[in-house]
Amino acid sequence: MTRHAHHKPIVVALAGNPNSGKTTLFNNLTGAHQHVGNYPGVTVERKEGHTRFEQHHLDIVDLPGTYSLTPYSLEELVARNFVVEERPDVVVDVVDATNLERNLYLATQFIELDVPVIIALNMIDMAEAQGLRIDAELLGQLLGVTVIPMVATTGFGKQELLEAIADVAAKHTKPTATIHFGNELEPHIAGVAELLDDSTLDDKISISPRWLAIKLLENDAEVIADISEHIPDADNLLGKVTRVREHVESILGEDAEITIGDRRYGFIAGACRRAVTTVKSRRIDVTDLIDDIVTNRIVGIPIFFLLMWLMFEMVFRLGEPPMGWIETGFDALGGLVTSVMPPGELRSLIVDGIIGGVGGVLVFVPNILLLFLAIAFIEDSGYMARAAFVVDKLMHKIGLHGKSFIPMLIGFGCTVPAVLACRTIDDEKNRLTTMLIAPLMSCSARLPVYLLLAGAFFPAALAGKVIFGVYIFGVLLAAVMALIFRKSLFPGETAPFVMELPPYRMPTLRGLLVHMWERTWMYVRKAGTVILVASVIVWALLTHPAPPPQIATAESEHQAASDAVAYSYAGRFSKALEPLIRPLGFDWKIGTSLFAGFAAKEIVVSTLGTVYSLGDTDEQDNTLRAALTSDPNFDPLVALTLMVFVLIYVPCIAVVAVVKKETNSWKWPAFLIFYTTSLAWIVSFILYQGGRLLGF
Amino acid sequence: MLATPDTPHQIVEIRGGRGMRRHLTDMGFVTGATVTVTAGHAGSIIVSLMDSRVVLGRGMAQRIIVQPLL
Repeated sequence: MTRHAHHKPIVVALAGNPNSGKTTLFNNLTGAHQHVGNYPGVTVERKEGHTRFEQHHLDIVDLPGTYSLTPYSLEELVARNFVVEERPDVVVDVVDATNLERNLYLATQFIELDVPVIIALNMIDMAEAQGLRIDAELLGQLLGVTVIPMVATTGFGKQELLEAIADVAAKHTKPTATIHFGNELEPHIAGVAELLDDSTLDDKISISPRWLAIKLLENDAEVIADISEHIPDADNLLGKVTRVREHVESILGEDAEITIGDRRYGFIAGACRRAVTTVKSRRIDVTDLIDDIVTNRIVGIPIFFLLMWLMFEMVFRLGEPPMGWIETGFDALGGLVTSVMPPGELRSLIVDGIIGGVGGVLVFVPNILLLFLAIAFIEDSGYMARAAFVVDKLMHKIGLHGKSFIPMLIGFGCTVPAVLACRTIDDEKNRLTTMLIAPLMSCSARLPVYLLLAGAFFPAALAGKVIFGVYIFGVLLAAVMALIFRKSLFPGETAPFVMELPPYRMPTLRGLLVHMWERTWMYVRKAGTVILVASVIVWALLTHPAPPPQIATAESEHQAASDAVAYSYAGRFSKALEPLIRPLGFDWKIGTSLFAGFAAKEIVVSTLGTVYSLGDTDEQDNTLRAALTSDPNFDPLVALTLMVFVLIYVPCIAVVAVVKKETNSWKWPAFLIFYTTSLAWIVSFILYQGGRLLGF
Repeated sequence: MLATPDTPHQIVEIRGGRGMRRHLTDMGFVTGATVTVTAGHAGSIIVSLMDSRVVLGRGMAQRIIVQPLL
């Protein structure tokens, strides 16, 4: 008879350096049973999952990568707080065996913290390939913790790890080694620890006093803040600590925290000398070989541009056929509904509003899927970090640095994940600047507008080049705006960046798919929510109030449709605002679709369609193009101006919402709306009036 | 960091604010550690130290003082 385990679930924290394979291990352990949320109050993702092992339930939290328990960034702070404050039952420190000494730096701090910790010695297959032989058991003895050799990608060691987790959780096994910080420091650590022991610690701080003492001597801001909050007479204690620290520094001639760091590495080096042997001289590392070419100061940049070009080519070429299928599918769906339903409001709502609006978005899923797949490959393989290094010089010219390039690249797919990707930029000035210019990287939602307009008004040979030109113009404008923002809104030096380059790895299919899908899903969900609602609203505003039936027939079906729209709320509103956009060559019909585009850029085309031929049931491709070209107000210059306006003006509601969330204020989204719309107007004005003057 | 590429050097001193120095320590940059420049030039450079490769952005490299390994 099975006894139902009424144990509490074992809470396991997966910690470790970035690139140590934490997330691969997390995926391996939790499979589909995972869930991504947010840590309260901050924009750092919280990844939780669960799994079962024998009779145990394991709740696993994949912490952000961190180098130390004294945090340097928000993500490190989140990781640190989870371990120190939420007290998981077991910490699994994922250590990259090919980078052992640096990775163990964090491990030593878990040992100091005196919490149940297991070291998952990951990537031992690669370590072995490099000629390293690590005696895991001996290493474990020297560090005083269980060390499990693993290969997270294949699952090797998983069983042993799970057994160790269950064992350590049951026995609350703590590390048995102590790092000795030297005869000058140790007495002082003991002294401060004693002071802490004497004070009344409330049970929020049931933390090893020795760890607290070490952290205080390291001048750790979080610990100092915690102590101030929870210990009566904290000022006195902190004053004593300061005096001790100054005394120690005068003897050692160096900051206490630097000395403490040195001693940690010394301890690690000692352990590694005994537990690690090099069997053969290190083979030439493939990573170094590739890097020699790819980061070369002469060929590095051309290689980068070549790869980018290849990527876009692949995305557009491979994406064409499926896009065509989806488009045909939605047309067929619209046709089906039209033939099955009686004419009237409901049919119009479904066909023109919903199918038209949402279909226009979903058509682009293949394109976006492929782009994000390519980006995921570049990230997971390790090249992305090199690309950031290579473009850093260019980025620096506009006041940003290499890391800003990643969000900008993602922006070509959809601006929403691009804004979210800005989280990796530590420097606040750079982060905000990048967020503000990301919308200028023309997202895929704007492409249908370009395709329609360029296709209608420019000869086939020229159309593609015109569209490409618009994209490039967006990039150049982004560079200019970055410069302007960095000089005016966010002046000053930015913190120089330090970034690790992971070894090149062949991405796992699973990792790629997960990575790619996360961002694609944001786009799809945008369709299902914002765009659906917006399409319906726009449709409603364009069809109400309906004009009274005419007794005499109008000049043409187009004229009748146009009159109907003019009669509606949207039409009247746009006519009222027409004077504002006349100088750009736009009339009220264009104005209506631009207005609709505020909700989602995808709707601009469907609204244009509605404005020009509402009620036209012939779903021919050329209908809209013909309608546009036969409109006397519309000519190639107007078309080009409109493309540029759509490139620049206000990003869609989804982007505004995510900017608000990421900056925690209304100030920046409001500014974003203001500056993009003004900039669009100004640039379009210059383009249109200039063009007219030049005789186009 | 004035250093001949592809030649091991020893870190002698790390300048800068406490926070940055601590962060560098967390990543393995300590006095006495061996570091080799493997790529880069004016501005950002790539160095190899312990068993990792790290990009040091402009301004950062200048704060790490090294001498050739004797």
